[in-house]
Amino acid sequence: MSAKISETLTFECETGNYHTFCPISCVSWLYQKIEDSFFLMVGTKTCGYFLQNTLGVMIFAEPRYAMAELEEGDISAQLNDYEELKRLCIRIKKDRDPNVIIWIGTCTTEIIKMDLEGMAPKLESEIGIPIIVARANGLDHAFTQGEDTVLAAMAHRCLEQRLFVRERNGTIQKFPPPLEKEGEFIEYGDHPSLALFGSLPSNVASQLSPELRRQSVKVSGWLPAQRYTHLPSLGNGVYVCGINPFLSRTAATLVRRERCRLIGAPFPIGPDGTRAWIEKICPVFDIETQGLEEREKQIWESLKDYISLVHGKSVFFMGDNLLEISLARFLIRCGMIVYEIGIPYMDKRYQAAELALLRDTCIKMCVPIPRIVEKPDNYNQLRRIRELQPDLAITGMAHADPLEARGMNTKWSVEFTFAQIHGFANARNVLELVTRPLRCNDNLEDLGRTTLVK
Amino acid sequence: MRLAYWMYAGPAHIGTLRVASSFKNVHAIMHAPLGDDYFNVMRSMLERERDFAPVTISIVDRHVLARGSREKVIENILRKDKEERPDLIILTPTCTSSILQEDLQNFANKASRISDSDVIFANIDHYRVNELQAADRTLEQVVKYYLDRSHGQETLDQSVTDVPSANIIGIFTLGFHNQHDCRELRRLLRDLDIKINQVIPEGGSVKDLINLPRAWFNLVPYREVGLMTAMYLENEFGMPYVSTTPMGAVDMAECIQQIHRNVNTLAPISSNKKVDYEPYIDGQTRFVSRAARFSRSIDCHNLTGKETVVFGDATHAASITKISIREMGIRVSCTGTYCKHDAEWFKEQIQDFCDKILITDDHTEVGDMIARVEPSAIFGTQMERHIGKRLDIPCGVISSPVHIQSFPLGYRPFLGYEGTNQIADPVYNSFALGMEDHLLDIFGGHDTKEIMTRSLSTGIGLIWDPESRRELSKIPHFVRNKVERNIEKFAQQKGIVNITTEVIYAAREVLGI
Repeated sequence: MSAKISETLTFECETGNYHTFCPISCVSWLYQKIEDSFFLMVGTKTCGYFLQNTLGVMIFAEPRYAMAELEEGDISAQLNDYEELKRLCIRIKKDRDPNVIIWIGTCTTEIIKMDLEGMAPKLESEIGIPIIVARANGLDHAFTQGEDTVLAAMAHRCLEQRLFVRERNGTIQKFPPPLEKEGEFIEYGDHPSLALFGSLPSNVASQLSPELRRQSVKVSGWLPAQRYTHLPSLGNGVYVCGINPFLSRTAATLVRRERCRLIGAPFPIGPDGTRAWIEKICPVFDIETQGLEEREKQIWESLKDYISLVHGKSVFFMGDNLLEISLARFLIRCGMIVYEIGIPYMDKRYQAAELALLRDTCIKMCVPIPRIVEKPDNYNQLRRIRELQPDLAITGMAHADPLEARGMNTKWSVEFTFAQIHGFANARNVLELVTRPLRCNDNLEDLGRTTLVK
Repeated sequence: MRLAYWMYAGPAHIGTLRVASSFKNVHAIMHAPLGDDYFNVMRSMLERERDFAPVTISIVDRHVLARGSREKVIENILRKDKEERPDLIILTPTCTSSILQEDLQNFANKASRISDSDVIFANIDHYRVNELQAADRTLEQVVKYYLDRSHGQETLDQSVTDVPSANIIGIFTLGFHNQHDCRELRRLLRDLDIKINQVIPEGGSVKDLINLPRAWFNLVPYREVGLMTAMYLENEFGMPYVSTTPMGAVDMAECIQQIHRNVNTLAPISSNKKVDYEPYIDGQTRFVSRAARFSRSIDCHNLTGKETVVFGDATHAASITKISIREMGIRVSCTGTYCKHDAEWFKEQIQDFCDKILITDDHTEVGDMIARVEPSAIFGTQMERHIGKRLDIPCGVISSPVHIQSFPLGYRPFLGYEGTNQIADPVYNSFALGMEDHLLDIFGGHDTKEIMTRSLSTGIGLIWDPESRRELSKIPHFVRNKVERNIEKFAQQKGIVNITTEVIYAAREVLGI
């Protein structure tokens, strides 16, 4: 199966027998991002043990997320879902007092057809805390798309947010008005509002906003914000732009439901991507960019020491977090050769600008365009890795150590999900990660005996 | 539904996969949604495995939900049959896919007719059993499958080996120090001149399982996994088993004596000499084990009356409790296990040693208990280690759930005579002892500069005057918080708001602190 969208980019699709993390893993970073939230995963022991073990997120002190562990009685419908959830949410309210509870639906709630969306509004009005439902299940989604489901669900609340706050302020002191002046949210300034979507640590978000401010573009809000009560107002005519490639559902929701206007741009990863991102945003507001070329050049200059390490080296993406296209494009621009871009899922419309930039970058750097493999098959990929012998394989956690034992350099793809990689200054972090296995194994040269299998 | 923040034992399918991937050349197919195959990550990261985990996921997605998974599952089984050529393929669902109530047994049967490998469906109730119980059952199922088949074909050789021999049952991947324990057990059996017939499942081949009954007896070091298999072998083939965990000098002796009896029962029949292991036990205990020497040293006297709390799986919690009391003279104020299914056995083991027993899989109950008891040291799991950190109480980790720290590169067995040393070290080091204890008492601790008031303090609304603060600062820092809380409790009981040095002295007199 292969489909061509242009003369040069080719997409293949394999069996989908690949290893990646369950999308509920998004909880591990979103609960930290949204400080006044509580995430409740409605699932089984399998879900809970995953978070506990694989992500090393031991739920120790002051947890702001938990499992609503489904037991036999829940599965066989002997217990009333609504009453059970109510009991847990009242306890959460008492113990943690969050400003929002986010129910994360799992595969199990899908299979037993638990009507979370139906129950949430009723319980919300009963206990007086907003409840958002995201179906971050592995039946429909892969790894980082979990964030997509949460943000898409949260997008619905952006429009009602201010109404909601006002409506409830009188009765409950639960929703303090945002720290910013109310006026700022609706003040359009010189150009229509622009909101950015995608979860970034606050210090990274506060690096991207000034980049735009420097071009006289004002960012009026982020989805998600640091606090649930600070969600941006969205609606007709507000422009939105994504910062992560896995947010296609959020983009679609913002366009269709909230009537926002989507700016299609490559993603601000790497100096090339960040520049292209800004260059797509500015014209929308009739703004001519200034000094971007200089800025990009400066950054490339500062990356020289790393680039000399990766130049001419080859890399293989097995596919895990949907950041693959952006990372591959940046690494190609750094002079690397990409053999294969595995990716769990490819939304060609939402990623159109990124794909175009990938193609242009390949042409510019005079390298062949890598094959893009959707829903890869890990077994086949491992065979190809054995044949191609890339200098670096970016893989899921299950494959890294066995590959290392076979003398391969590997890097966990999941690290790119958690590292700060967005914007001009953070391009360095991507290369820091990419070169670490190369540098480490160079240091160990004297140890010899690189393969540890018979 | 229950609100869960953390769990001691994993879901059932993890147990099944642990057994499957411990055997050599066995492949597991998981019938599960995307992302449920994190077992592969655990195995490759924790065990630092060289090889790819022999587990493949047959993904349940919307498409499969709509059309049924029969074709896909069978196709994946047959594909692995061709690609990996395993001896056995084990099919398992997870909590999620087990709800679909598909006839996986039927899929397995169908696939086995076509494939070269044997195919088994691991038949487990995913909502009733946990990881450990599932592992126990799966191991029994695999053993039974091969022995029953061979029995049916009348190809089973039931004669015992010429020389004394044993099977070790229950060593497997992602177990708590299992690999090191296994080495120690091999050494023990070698010392006793007992041949090892088989070790299962770790490193074992399913093709060899038909030779299991040839061993003279089975050794089951951990109660959690292996007991069902041993009982099956006893019922079907009359094989005796030894299930006393060889942990600590006293139980080591007990375990070896049981082995002794088993060997001597068969020895005359197979024209072997009767054995006497008593000199071995005596020599090891008195002159080889450094832990036993420690128990009889003046250093150990300092442990007398120190208080501790033990929590873990049934095997380790019971053994460590007994070691603490019998071999170190420590007081165990409370002991407990998360193996609720084995509560009866646990209580029976412990009842003569410790009056407070806690059987729960809720870590908050364990945390509350520790906060109440305020022991000088804890022996527990990673969770208790964390609780200890918050309360400033040292904790030695003695039980699963496993963590990367349960896979040390150096040799750290818990079983055998070397195990006794390895256990004694952390126990001893967890307490402030000997001269250090005295000096701290005399000079008021290492750190007398400031007093940290902590959130766990009960003193709401109590006022310490500067004099009493100074007095408090003279107390060694590692007990200061405890003393502070006790004084505050005392003040509250007496209705005292202002804490002065007099109150402190009064409290110390009453409470003996």
